[in-house]
Amino acid sequence: MADKIATREAYGAALAEFGEKYDIVVLDADLASATKTGVFKKKFPERFFDCGIAESNMMSVAAGLASTGKIPFVSSFAMFAAGRAFEQVRNSIGYPHLNVKIGATHAGVSVGEDGATHQCNEDIALMRVIPGMVVINPADAVSSRAAVEAAILHNGPVYMRFGRLAVPYLYDESLNFEIGKGIKLRDGKDVTIISTGLTVYMALEAAKLLENEGISAEVIDIHTIKPLDDDLIVASAKKTGAVITTEEHSVIGGLGGAVCELLGGRCPTPVLRVGVEDVFGKSGKGAELLGDYGLSPENFAAKAKAAIALKQNR
Amino acid sequence: MNEEKKSFKARQIRLGALTAIHSAGAGHPGGALSIAEILSYLYFEEMNIDPKDPQKADRDRFVLSKGHASAALYAVLAERGFFDKSLLPTFRKNGSILQGHPDMKHIPGVDMSTGSLGQGISAACGMALSAKLSDKPFRVYAILGDGEIEEGQVWEAAMFARHYKLDNLCAFVDFNGLQIDGTVQDVIDPTPIDEKFAAFGWNVICIDGHDYDQIENAVNAAKETKDKPTAVIAKTVKGRGVSYMENAVDWHGKAPNDEQYAIALSELGGAD
Repeated sequence: MADKIATREAYGAALAEFGEKYDIVVLDADLASATKTGVFKKKFPERFFDCGIAESNMMSVAAGLASTGKIPFVSSFAMFAAGRAFEQVRNSIGYPHLNVKIGATHAGVSVGEDGATHQCNEDIALMRVIPGMVVINPADAVSSRAAVEAAILHNGPVYMRFGRLAVPYLYDESLNFEIGKGIKLRDGKDVTIISTGLTVYMALEAAKLLENEGISAEVIDIHTIKPLDDDLIVASAKKTGAVITTEEHSVIGGLGGAVCELLGGRCPTPVLRVGVEDVFGKSGKGAELLGDYGLSPENFAAKAKAAIALKQNR
Repeated sequence: MNEEKKSFKARQIRLGALTAIHSAGAGHPGGALSIAEILSYLYFEEMNIDPKDPQKADRDRFVLSKGHASAALYAVLAERGFFDKSLLPTFRKNGSILQGHPDMKHIPGVDMSTGSLGQGISAACGMALSAKLSDKPFRVYAILGDGEIEEGQVWEAAMFARHYKLDNLCAFVDFNGLQIDGTVQDVIDPTPIDEKFAAFGWNVICIDGHDYDQIENAVNAAKETKDKPTAVIAKTVKGRGVSYMENAVDWHGKAPNDEQYAIALSELGGAD
């Protein structure tokens, strides 16, 4: 087994695997080789439908399929699934609360060379605001596979976010993945690092850097941004009194926004949001770009110390 | 059903729609009145549906892609017995199940939530695809507005339906010639509608949308057509049946006042 694998690879493999067990249908918009739904297509061609470069139609077709009892998985890049087809997701799928699963790949700046037009840093915000939508952003291949099965078993719309870039394994088969339940990966007492998606492994590295300086950081993987694991986050914020959030997404409206909304009401705590600032992305190697937008263990550690300083200066 | 009964049903749909819109003080009478015969034919003569079991498995599906004509859909559903006619005056009111646009979660008999134009026809494609996938016999009917087909998504759906040979899909285009801002030709000309659908590989039938025999023949011809979806381009009169509303762009989206409502009732022959 490779020590790193992109979550989109795990997504495609999971569709093919669970296609045996569950009567799922997969739709794509001419990106099956990139989103990895092509793996499912090869195995179950009769249950795969290419919709062509027409994402809006694809979303509403999925709604029609779901209305008759099918479980459609719909895939495209996050930019087009959540962005271009936002209103179809909102009105055709969200409003009637239909059982459609959206597997959006190529989220965030780590898309790399394609540049800003294809680097979606807004999808979590867009999907999170739709009533009844579940939003999942898995950190590794194992949790991605688990997210696909959890989505199949969940009755209602689910948005899943996957990345292009290979990321390390964090979990093994013992993972107990539950929609809406965060996972505490490390106990700490000075600061809480709340992370999602590809930044989770960086958060664990940041915690080690902090440990070297005598700072004890708690690390939580929030794979489900909606519904948010309120109790886990509030309990940790109460304990440490300082929080940073990390995500490969705009600092506006994503995990950081969700955590601030929660803590503002239940446990006012200094929170520093680390993510893509209010800017568009750019072309470059995905792995290089992450650092350019502040997504690195070193920056997380620096922000964690800044959050601790905020707590102390209150 | 004889001609008199058919006309009676269409008239009841018109009266029900106008009653709902008048009571709401808002709504879309013009495009509701123009589809009364099509709805009457589909719901009373054609579709395999059961008002006592709105979710019946393998029932035929109907999608009002031009969801703003909801008052006509609610009127035909009430007339057919999916819910009590006394609900019609609650249309668009706070607390009513009869939302401004069709809501499949709360209204018995509504198969798809619509209202954002262009999306309903895609959903209808999904339903038709589902029937093919599961080898189910049900058919899917949809009504599009002639203004609605200005939405690009309609043509995405048109490509999709042809590609997947959805011959169990029959979409009517309510060609009444008017949209909110004026005639369709003046706003952004979608004609020739028949040639466009034909160019997208559909079986196309042009009819008078107020003539039952032509509606029936078109629906039967659609059923006989293999490997292609059918588009029925139904020439209609917007506001049909109420003299001052007929072909009047102003009546796309407003409710009659009490006096106008009384005139409409008398012209339509009054409530039963």
